[in-house]
Amino acid sequence: MKMHNIVMALASAAVLAACSSAPLDEKAPVEDKAARPVSGSQGASATPGSASESKIQTIDLGAQLNAAVKNQRVVYFDFDSYAVKDDYRGLIDAHAKRLSFDHKLRMSLEGHTDERGGREYNLALGQKRAEAVAQALMVMGVQAVQIEPVSFGKEQPAVEGHDEAAWAKNRRVELKDK
Amino acid sequence: MSENSFTSSQRILSRIRRFLLIATVLGCSAPVWAQFRIEISGVGGTQMPIAVTEFRDEVNCPQPVSGIIRADLERSGQFSLANVAGAQLSETSVPAWSDWRGRNADALAAGSITKLADGRYDVRFKLWDVVKGQDLGGESLAVPADDLRLAAHRIADKIYQKLTGERGVFATRMAYVTKAGGRYALRITDADGEGGQVALASPEPIISPAWSPDGRELAYVSFERHKAIVWVQDLSTGRRRVLADFRGSNSAPSFSPDGQSVALTLSRDGGSQLFVMDRNGGNVRRLTQTQAIDTEATFTADSKTLYFVSDRGGGPQIYRMSVAGGSAERVTFNGAYNISPTLSPDGRSMAFITRVGGGSFKLCVMDLASGNVQQITDTVNDEKPSFAPNGRLIVYATRAGGRDVLMTTTLDGTIKAKLLSTQADVREPTWGPFGN
Repeated sequence: MKMHNIVMALASAAVLAACSSAPLDEKAPVEDKAARPVSGSQGASATPGSASESKIQTIDLGAQLNAAVKNQRVVYFDFDSYAVKDDYRGLIDAHAKRLSFDHKLRMSLEGHTDERGGREYNLALGQKRAEAVAQALMVMGVQAVQIEPVSFGKEQPAVEGHDEAAWAKNRRVELKDK
Repeated sequence: MSENSFTSSQRILSRIRRFLLIATVLGCSAPVWAQFRIEISGVGGTQMPIAVTEFRDEVNCPQPVSGIIRADLERSGQFSLANVAGAQLSETSVPAWSDWRGRNADALAAGSITKLADGRYDVRFKLWDVVKGQDLGGESLAVPADDLRLAAHRIADKIYQKLTGERGVFATRMAYVTKAGGRYALRITDADGEGGQVALASPEPIISPAWSPDGRELAYVSFERHKAIVWVQDLSTGRRRVLADFRGSNSAPSFSPDGQSVALTLSRDGGSQLFVMDRNGGNVRRLTQTQAIDTEATFTADSKTLYFVSDRGGGPQIYRMSVAGGSAERVTFNGAYNISPTLSPDGRSMAFITRVGGGSFKLCVMDLASGNVQQITDTVNDEKPSFAPNGRLIVYATRAGGRDVLMTTTLDGTIKAKLLSTQADVREPTWGPFGN
């Protein structure tokens, strides 16, 4: 990785840590007996006197980026709509950063619809939703090769049921690592 | 009962249930005959009354051959069944014409079943014109036990053809998908929905089966690799191959009637667009160039025109265009949602699904010359119509009693029969071509 990429990644990580409410990965290899909260911008400069002077505080950017997309894997859609709502700007941003950080990452964007209507037409509608999410990611700089928009149409509902409450949970795109 | 535990006794039970159910649905209070009589309503005087007696020694044969023949003829909508109680007749008999005229039968069929030394069965039948007191011919078929149902369907086809002048479809097959307990199966059955065999069992969804015109292969969409991929499977050998696995979704396969190519929907260039490829997967060419959804293509009988669904005008409507490319012409104008077109073999009618007020999805038939459209069902979740190869019946999926079920109907909607009775959800029917 080129130096300016690292700088960029560090900068994004800092921004991410500042604006994200997602908890950091608890498995990060940090030993901190003072149980002082660790965040990306402070972790590197340990306060003198609180620990060994030879101790190095590790920042694992990948782990932080993974943590940022934890529980951020589903985008829901309005009826008959393919627009990625503003509510998901943070989710899209977190995935875009993670994908840009590791260009070897590959994701499947799986579009789904509610149960109403034909199977093939719904497959196409789910595809349209998946492609809308792909577009939102690419606008953020994600390479097309990293993400494959696909559709399951109405074949795999998240929730069984024949009312709007169930339908609303089924109109979705799931972002899955390959 | 699990979907794959169709022992013959359960099958018979399910048949009885099925006919009881049809009688209930149609509001008939007539007694259900032990011989699997289907109760039908809403027909005029156009049906020919026919008597089909129990074949001699049929009781020693593992299939209810005469019952299968009777059910076939009745489901076709072209025949009504005359009373055969107490009659003992075979193909060698000389019928007592006055007796059969007294039973109001215009035609009479009888036969015999003999087990041969090699284990096969010799099934013979003869058909008579009761009105004229005339022998209309007969036939003998020697078949293994596994083909007894097929023999019965072939006899029904002979009778149908002799009396109507058209080919029967009883010996054809259907493909459909069942879902039970989170498992999916692509099944092939006789045209009456019985005698099912599994072509593919999978934990992931299967949709859109499509027959090759020679009836040997089935194309379908399987999600077994966690995306929509089009496969083609040889039914007798079980050999199968990927036909289309491009980036994105691959779906809605349809063979051209000349057997040369397959139309399908690919999202490889972004959006869902129509493509045509050779049946071996080569020579892929894009047919539509729109920002809209274009899908569900189906060929006309001459393989030159495609009917398909597009939402280029806002909502999904049915259009047609030349396989050679060019502009598309809109076909449906009523309603905001028209999908799943399928054409009758003579090219005169198109069956499709329309959405009507309140979110109902209804099977419709359009007369293509006049553009007149008729809704032909009372159900509200109809899907995926498919014509019988003689164009006289349509099979479709719908919901009844909280389950996905299959129905057949005549084109005018007057005669309907539910196929199968199983605990599984049954969907995606597609009627196979004529056999040899």
